Amino acid sequence: MLPEAGVIMILNRKADILTELQSDILRLQGFRTVNNGLLDADLGVIKQAFPNASFPLSCIHEFITSQQEHRAATNGFLSGLLSSLLGVDGVLLWIGTSRYLFPPSLPAFNLSPERIIFIDVSKQRDVHWVMEEALKCKALTAVVAEVKEISFIESRRFQLAAEQNKVTGFLLCHQTKKISATACASRWKVSPLPSETIDDLPGVGSPKWHVELMKVRNGKPQSWDIQWVDGKFVPIYKTVSLFTEQNQKAG
Amino acid sequence: MGRFVSIWFRYLRTDWFSLRQPELKKLPFVLRSPSRGRMIITAANSVAAQQGLHCEMAVADAKALVPELQVQDDIPDLTDKLLRRLAEWCIRFTPLVAIDPPDGLLFDATGCSHLWGGDDKYIEDITRKLQARGYDVRIAMADTVGIAWGVARFGNGSLIIESGITIDALVNLPPEALRLEADVTERLHKLGLHTIRQFIRMPRTSLRRRFGQHFLQRLDKALGSEIEILSPVHPVELYQERLPCFDPVATSTGIEMALKELLTKLCFRLQRGQKGLRKAIFKGYRIDGKVEKVEVGTNRPSHHVEHLLKLFQINLGTIEPSLGIELFVLEAPIIEEYLPQQEQMWNESGGLEDIRLSELLDRLAVRIGAHVIHRYLPDEHYWPERSVKLATSLQEKPSTQWPIKPRPVQLLPKPEPIEVTAPIPDYPPMLFRYKDKVHMISKADGPERIEQEWWLQQGQHRDYYRVEDEEGRRYWIFRLGHYHDKIYQWFLHGFFA
Repeated sequence: MLPEAGVIMILNRKADILTELQSDILRLQGFRTVNNGLLDADLGVIKQAFPNASFPLSCIHEFITSQQEHRAATNGFLSGLLSSLLGVDGVLLWIGTSRYLFPPSLPAFNLSPERIIFIDVSKQRDVHWVMEEALKCKALTAVVAEVKEISFIESRRFQLAAEQNKVTGFLLCHQTKKISATACASRWKVSPLPSETIDDLPGVGSPKWHVELMKVRNGKPQSWDIQWVDGKFVPIYKTVSLFTEQNQKAG
Repeated sequence: MGRFVSIWFRYLRTDWFSLRQPELKKLPFVLRSPSRGRMIITAANSVAAQQGLHCEMAVADAKALVPELQVQDDIPDLTDKLLRRLAEWCIRFTPLVAIDPPDGLLFDATGCSHLWGGDDKYIEDITRKLQARGYDVRIAMADTVGIAWGVARFGNGSLIIESGITIDALVNLPPEALRLEADVTERLHKLGLHTIRQFIRMPRTSLRRRFGQHFLQRLDKALGSEIEILSPVHPVELYQERLPCFDPVATSTGIEMALKELLTKLCFRLQRGQKGLRKAIFKGYRIDGKVEKVEVGTNRPSHHVEHLLKLFQINLGTIEPSLGIELFVLEAPIIEEYLPQQEQMWNESGGLEDIRLSELLDRLAVRIGAHVIHRYLPDEHYWPERSVKLATSLQEKPSTQWPIKPRPVQLLPKPEPIEVTAPIPDYPPMLFRYKDKVHMISKADGPERIEQEWWLQQGQHRDYYRVEDEEGRRYWIFRLGHYHDKIYQWFLHGFFA
């Protein structure tokens, strides 16, 4: 009994030391975690993929979508994220050229549509200008922009503006045949999955998605199957980590 | 001793109507408004008055007396508006002009008339200018408000009472000239007291006992032993700043400096008056006679120099100085109250109230246009396209609940037709074809019937189904109309998360 317990203890010690070392390295690299208790509590298992096990704020997150159905799934997942990010009195700016987002759907994701200000411009150039201006406005909690494509330089500008002004930005990139390198802190892809109902009752169940964290700075890319039930993210099961040598090089 | 002027507009409202419709001037003309189930006269012009028509008379009786009578509907609050406008205009004669409802103005003209060369010329000038504007007036001048008022309305001789004369001017007037209540004057007449001379020497105690304290006050005011306080109208302050330039300015740096100078001055004035501007226009008068201008608007009143400067800078490049600008003018046509506690509340408070947010939206509105900024509130309609309405301001709160029924995350602006295979009558479809792709439906919810709101729009109802295909993609589709009509059609309207 005793030697086994000792081995487990040593293993635990080792794991503790490793996490401590990791956070030391992040601190030495100048990486700072913004306190976001509410969001991390709601994210559950997902937060393990991020550095210091905390969803990174004050940076840009990129969501990639190709089809309209994926767009809807991405909107759903993002609304869930934003609901805990905005809290009680946060304000969100949503910028786009052709917006289909339907405000009455958002209360289902705990998000009050009256806290969102939509900016519907006609040119992509204006989207980029508004995005940068908005990221410089400290009164906002988050900014979402629907863009066609984004160059590395622009993403770098957004990222710097977000870091300086403590605003979190989300880019929804549609119609991306080739994915170019960006300076964003993470890259996500959300696709819909067939829903499940309790006890196989007929009808459409709660939304269910395959969420893929393709790239994350200082973290481990992973993917999950997640359901949105009663205003919470519920992971179905954890899939195998996609973290390989090859991915690390590419990322 | 002060000098006071009382102006009596004898036919104020009818004169105003005649100015707009000159043909009414020569005709008997009255204004009417409903009272206790009939139309009564509320104002009559001079022609009608000469023919015996007066206020409170029924219009039907008047028409019987004067068949060619012209009648128009009265405008409520017209008197107040006209008197205020005239009072503001009359500030040219004296700085202290007060409104004297229902049909007059009062001036404190102390020390004013010598500028016109005497009381006669002063009164003559006022009379001439008001008559030129189209108003029939009687103007009297005296040492007290009470005498001026009485003489203007009831005086027979000269309307200018010389300084130092008080009682003598008053004694020949009827008691109405003392601005008394109707029942008091009636009582005086019943007692045979038809002029002021008959009761002015009576003992004060017996006058008070019979006619009350107010009667004595009025008498004292007329005689000048009690001071009467006028509440003068204040002219509207014009928020405008001018900067003439010694040499014409043709560089952008110069224009910006001029703008900053003007903004600082204007904002200082606004701040002192606890006001904020909602709209500002910056004009540059060029030496070739053209005017260049830039306009900005704000979401909430502001007197923040840096913010306004930033707003102007977005479009300042559109100013073409050409050969040079010789005069800069900054005006604020729309001004609103700006209370200090608002400032405190908005600053750094976070949320929609934050001043930095409205400043960001101001910049967007100036650069791209205010039409791009939208904020939605729930509206009381089931029809999906009408279920949201645009908020008019950042502070507006939802007046009703958001819908509880599941709604798609993405809604197509126009439903797109799809081909469907569905078992009849009311089952959800088995498959549908959208954009040349067949979707096999594995799960479905519905129908949710949404009827047309017939009072807004005619058309058929929609039966909405929430469906999921085999790959897990979720759609919102509907059938327009009943099955048995044979002209139904299926549409895709949205995508669920």
